[in-house]
Amino acid sequence: MLAAIKRPGWTRGALGALAGAAFGFGLVISLRAISGLPLYQTEQTGYPHVVVPLILAPLGFLAGFGCFDYWLRWAAGAPTIPDDHSQHGARSWKDYFRFNTDHKVIGIQYICTTFFFFFVGGLMAMLIRAELAQPGTQIVDAATYNSLFSTHAVLMIFVFVIPVFAGIANYVLPLMIGAPDMAFPRLNALSFWMLPLAGILFVGSFLAPGGAFDAGWTGYAPLSTGAPLGQSFFNLGVQFAGASSIATALNFLVTIITMRAPGMTFWRMPLLVWANLSTSLLVVAATPFIAGAQFMVLFDRLLHTNLFQFASGGDVISYQHIFWFYSHPAVYIMMLPGFGIISEVISTHARKPIFGYRLMALALIGIVVLSYSVWAHHMFVAGMFSWLRVPMMLTTLLIAVPTGIKIFSWLGTLYFGKIHTYSTSMLFALAFIVTFTIGGISGVMLGMVPIDIHVSDTYFIVAHIHFVLFGGSVFTIFAGIYHWFPKMTGRMYDEKLGRVHFWGTLIGTWGTFIPMHWIGMDGMPRRVEDYASQFGNWNLMISCFAFMLGAIQLVFLYNMIVSWRFGPKAPANPWRANSIEWQVSSPPPIFNFDEIPRVVGGPYEYGVPGARHAIMAGEGADVPAAEPSVVGSA
Amino acid sequence: MPAASMYGRLPILKMLAAIIAMTVVICAVMLSINWDGQAASTAAPKIDDLLNVMIIISSFVFSVVIVALFYALWKFKVKPGDESDGEPIHGNTRLEIAWTLIPTIIVLFGGGYSWKVLDEIEEPVKDAMTVDVFSQQYAWSFGYPGKDNVYSQGELHVPVYRQIQFKMHAQDVIHSFWVPEWRIKKDNVPGITTTAIVTPDRVGTYQLICTELCGFGHASMRATVVVEPPGQFQKWVAGLKEKVPQPLEQSVTQDTETNPPPLTAGGA
Repeated sequence: MLAAIKRPGWTRGALGALAGAAFGFGLVISLRAISGLPLYQTEQTGYPHVVVPLILAPLGFLAGFGCFDYWLRWAAGAPTIPDDHSQHGARSWKDYFRFNTDHKVIGIQYICTTFFFFFVGGLMAMLIRAELAQPGTQIVDAATYNSLFSTHAVLMIFVFVIPVFAGIANYVLPLMIGAPDMAFPRLNALSFWMLPLAGILFVGSFLAPGGAFDAGWTGYAPLSTGAPLGQSFFNLGVQFAGASSIATALNFLVTIITMRAPGMTFWRMPLLVWANLSTSLLVVAATPFIAGAQFMVLFDRLLHTNLFQFASGGDVISYQHIFWFYSHPAVYIMMLPGFGIISEVISTHARKPIFGYRLMALALIGIVVLSYSVWAHHMFVAGMFSWLRVPMMLTTLLIAVPTGIKIFSWLGTLYFGKIHTYSTSMLFALAFIVTFTIGGISGVMLGMVPIDIHVSDTYFIVAHIHFVLFGGSVFTIFAGIYHWFPKMTGRMYDEKLGRVHFWGTLIGTWGTFIPMHWIGMDGMPRRVEDYASQFGNWNLMISCFAFMLGAIQLVFLYNMIVSWRFGPKAPANPWRANSIEWQVSSPPPIFNFDEIPRVVGGPYEYGVPGARHAIMAGEGADVPAAEPSVVGSA
Repeated sequence: MPAASMYGRLPILKMLAAIIAMTVVICAVMLSINWDGQAASTAAPKIDDLLNVMIIISSFVFSVVIVALFYALWKFKVKPGDESDGEPIHGNTRLEIAWTLIPTIIVLFGGGYSWKVLDEIEEPVKDAMTVDVFSQQYAWSFGYPGKDNVYSQGELHVPVYRQIQFKMHAQDVIHSFWVPEWRIKKDNVPGITTTAIVTPDRVGTYQLICTELCGFGHASMRATVVVEPPGQFQKWVAGLKEKVPQPLEQSVTQDTETNPPPLTAGGA
């Protein structure tokens, strides 16, 4: 027992969480006692004796779990425990539940955790659609309904789409650039372990008095500053998800910039690497804004600052400016890594070099730059300065140009190729092109101020974001999971079940989200649990498709679990792809490469006679000994 | 691979014909539907026209993508057993410039057109009538001009064919004022006065919908809008007994305008 307490792990983690909570609770109570205040403050925006423990318990868990051990010893001047690399690799499923610094283990931890929250958030979507199947209030009351759609959005955005891309890239990207690991493996592990904490805070808010946060994922002040305790869970969950996101982005930036294999110039990087470079640039600069915005809301709630309190001179609209200054780039944070995945999948399965590779990379950078100058298009009817609308409209419309370049270049890649459609990943990639085009078109319409004035905050918006985030991001996530499943697990998945999942998802997506455009334009506002009876039939149909879409995801889950356990063994390179991760075994060796590969050409040289992307160790006598690789020791 | 020979092997004219045919079919269907529902303000037909123009352009863009995708899938799908690679074409500078420039021109056209529509629908006129809109969880009320400051709850009356400038005030959280038939929406923000300009041009009864999440009563936060001939409107206003209550009156006098004229705000 004592050994379990001394050793980093779950026992010490649980004790750390308890100690953190107890310390936080004691601190609040004793400070209040000293000040002569009532011990418990239970205004609905208050509860300091709950909120402070909510900050310290997760930190206590992280410390107990071992996330800080090495750093704390180093900082304290104590002898650090040298890495014996026993933390690398996963020998049994139990190893995925440990603090592990191997990027491949962390990648799988990320993906499994995020898909867990995907299914939780999906269940909430099913409840939402069940309520909306008929006008009137049937299943949940209005307050619960508000909690459900708020939590659904928050889970899907903060603990599914954004981090699942980090998970896929975590696994694939170091292999792709010929690196033995990420630049900062311990930071990488810490980034992961903050994520489930964020998810637990979001879901746990249902236990708070007054119910889960219900001000939407946007949490506009002053609705959020006056909301019940659950809102504080949201404010804090975003901090953990955001810190996780920022730390990972820094890690990716350093990894990509400093750890590419010899010969891999910027113009020889696969587009997935370019995509994650761009995404990380967005995350490090934009995510602090949402962290700040949520802290400001928390301060308004707990400390009675008046940042967004109009009655005390606060500025209500400034919340939206700060929030969207993050949350619009966040849309691209949720899309650019997917663009990278689609480029890999399409080039590989069309057996063709990417059409216009350099313009594809520059388009990503163009999106990064433009995405910082479009945030106020979410606020065309918000009552902000009216002169800001036209410039924001023009930048918003212009961002369609680099996005269009990507669509056309993927299409160009298909021409004169040899298109293989046997793999589910390629089906999702091709469907993504069409579905995302629809989302892009409705996005351009929304960018136009007069149209936006009419359809803003209606089901047209719901249709648009789901076409972009589900038909866009989630399709690319499925494409990526199917594409790299053999590499990650060493097993092949079942293509037949993959096809069932694909067609069900495609039909479900269109059936669910296409009609939402119509009812939105015709007058149905969003975020309502009850609506005018004229929309009843449409909503019933949407709900039926949504249930189908939800049910078909179980096929995916079954396919993944059963194939991981029992699927046929995967060869190293089942898709005959060029990039480096396919040149090592499936799954890759614990340290990725015996010798660092040497990159001699572009990543997509399909059909070029004699062209190579990388020369692996042991190939040819002219391969120089690999330079000693530096694994970061931060 | 030289560019000319690459294009030469594609049936460009046939593909173009397919794109145009598909565009025409989609437009024929899409334009025959009245997406936005009944129009009841002078702004509505302008916004609907913009939407229709966008539908035409979008149909074309969508057709380009679909035809290009399905032609590629039909023509370049691998034959069973073929393990070879495609042709090593890395790009085509002229084509890449084209699909950068043409979309830029299209979206800038859309931007210019939208700008023009925006200016037209928000053009203030001199004899506009000002109506105060008050919103609070979860009810709408309205104050009408005149020295009496008369007031109605849950029911908004306005005269037809006269520009109304709605001055909006929120008492607690943000609400949003939307009459779908007018195509006009504006948030009501605590602490500031926001403005929406509408010229109703169709007599009738409509619904005012709150479109900004404002709490558990959000879905039921509705009001009735009656657009009627000026005479009837005058009579209705004259019959109102209630005055704008003191706390609401305060928000009218104390709230700041969101949009001070840019150069005069600083006293320049």
